[in-house]
Amino acid sequence: MNARANPWLLSTPALLVYAVFLIAPLLMVFVISFYDFKFMGGMQPTFIWKNYIQVFSDHYYHQIFLRTYGVAILVTLACAVLGTFEAYVLSRMRNPWKGLFLMVVLGPLLTSVVVRTLGWALLFGSTGLISKTLMAVGLASRPVSLMYTDLGMGIALTHVLVPFMVISVWASLQRINPATEAAALSLGASQFTVMRRVIVPQIVPGILSGSIMVFAMAASAFATPAIIAGRRLQTVATAAYDEFLNTLNWPLGAALAVLLLISMVIVLLAANRVVERRYGAIFN
Amino acid sequence: MATRNGPLSLLFHALFILFILAPIIMVCAVSFTPLGYISLPTTGLSLRHFREIAQNPEFIQAIWFSLGLGTLSATLATTLSLPGAMAIARNRFRGREALLAFLMSPLLVPSVVLGLAFLRFFTSVGLAGTFIGLVIAHVIIIMPYALRLVLASATGIDPMLERAALSLGASAWTAFRRVVLPLVMPGVISGWVIAFITSFDELTMSIFIASPSTTTLPVRIFLHIQDTIDPMVTAVSALLIFVTAIAVFILDRIVGLETLFVGKGR
Repeated sequence: MNARANPWLLSTPALLVYAVFLIAPLLMVFVISFYDFKFMGGMQPTFIWKNYIQVFSDHYYHQIFLRTYGVAILVTLACAVLGTFEAYVLSRMRNPWKGLFLMVVLGPLLTSVVVRTLGWALLFGSTGLISKTLMAVGLASRPVSLMYTDLGMGIALTHVLVPFMVISVWASLQRINPATEAAALSLGASQFTVMRRVIVPQIVPGILSGSIMVFAMAASAFATPAIIAGRRLQTVATAAYDEFLNTLNWPLGAALAVLLLISMVIVLLAANRVVERRYGAIFN
Repeated sequence: MATRNGPLSLLFHALFILFILAPIIMVCAVSFTPLGYISLPTTGLSLRHFREIAQNPEFIQAIWFSLGLGTLSATLATTLSLPGAMAIARNRFRGREALLAFLMSPLLVPSVVLGLAFLRFFTSVGLAGTFIGLVIAHVIIIMPYALRLVLASATGIDPMLERAALSLGASAWTAFRRVVLPLVMPGVISGWVIAFITSFDELTMSIFIASPSTTTLPVRIFLHIQDTIDPMVTAVSALLIFVTAIAVFILDRIVGLETLFVGKGR
């Protein structure tokens, strides 16, 4: 095998697998989102806008989309603030602490989301540690449960996704010349001013690309909303799941999935454009 | 960097680490309870819930199934992405960026969308709920991870080494096998490992296409949690956390977590 042979030829195995097993299934979802569904008889191959009209006109689905994107935006903000500051603190540590804590922060990414969310379910219950602590310090008079709440879902999602923000900001912090910080300090800037005027402007691209990633994953997350928010508080992902596996209304589930995908692509493309126009020079 | 962290920064750092570790510690702590319900072990430590796993055929079967699925999918994904990754790493050609972006594209599609796409597709070709179906779906979503790591290590190889082998009379195949392959091996191995872990942890897509006889471990845990949260499911999760912690430690020693996630050497 010669690696200098035609690169398209060498990529054929991967491309073939993608064409058959990625493109075809996604196209099929798009197609069935225009099918009709009858409780007697199931899917009817046709071309109608019924499912999309239902999602656009039904208040129930408006709420689901609002919740999904509302929580995703808040989670992204929380991750941006917490992740950026933590990456900054980490970058100023010395080894072995730096290596150790980087491992602690990134390690959870290699554990299944189910396991991490289970931990939050244990903490959030009315007999969980958070409820008991709040009562012990007198902040709550009755047991508090964060299960089946938007706040609980937001906290757990922030926990699951914040490592991605740390990685992204960390990568752009590595490219900063430490001399710029030293120069600002020696010229009399306070630590806060250095952070605000010297460090943050240089890592904005990292924060933005991390935010795009976190937003996309938060908006399409399934496991955490399903476990923490349950059936009562649906997100687009859990609603699509229910249509597919419980109601068996595949066309409606497919329409939800297509809308999730399209709205996400629009958000991502728009964000990418802004980032590239403003910070293209820094990225390249 | 020049300056050290102030007390406020360190306080923030301590709280952040607590936030990251709290749910993980919680799962592990509860799994050692001697009681039959969810509680922190206050009266003593017990391994009874770990012993219960061994007597639960559903979980044992799911563990073996996930191990087999992960091994096969990671091997297939690494093998399929190797030639393409080599070509992309060592050539400049028209459409290179587009090809790379396309090969990384499964990362952009939400797992829920992929899950129902595969369910629809496999139902119409008769692969729904089969082992083969799960392998195909897993190969698709873990290929980008394998590709990225093979690519990272192949980019660093000096093309002169292969040319030297060729000029000394080695055939193209021998030059690849004896010179190039050993050099990309670290990338192939770390790519395989990250692909395996991704497959082993995957829930969202698998839950659509798994059947009772083809249930992966995360799907089994998820279905169990939906039904009831008992100490046994925390014991299974704690077991996963211990194994992952060991894997993280070893990976950090061998390739460095930074390389794994950020994609460049230390």
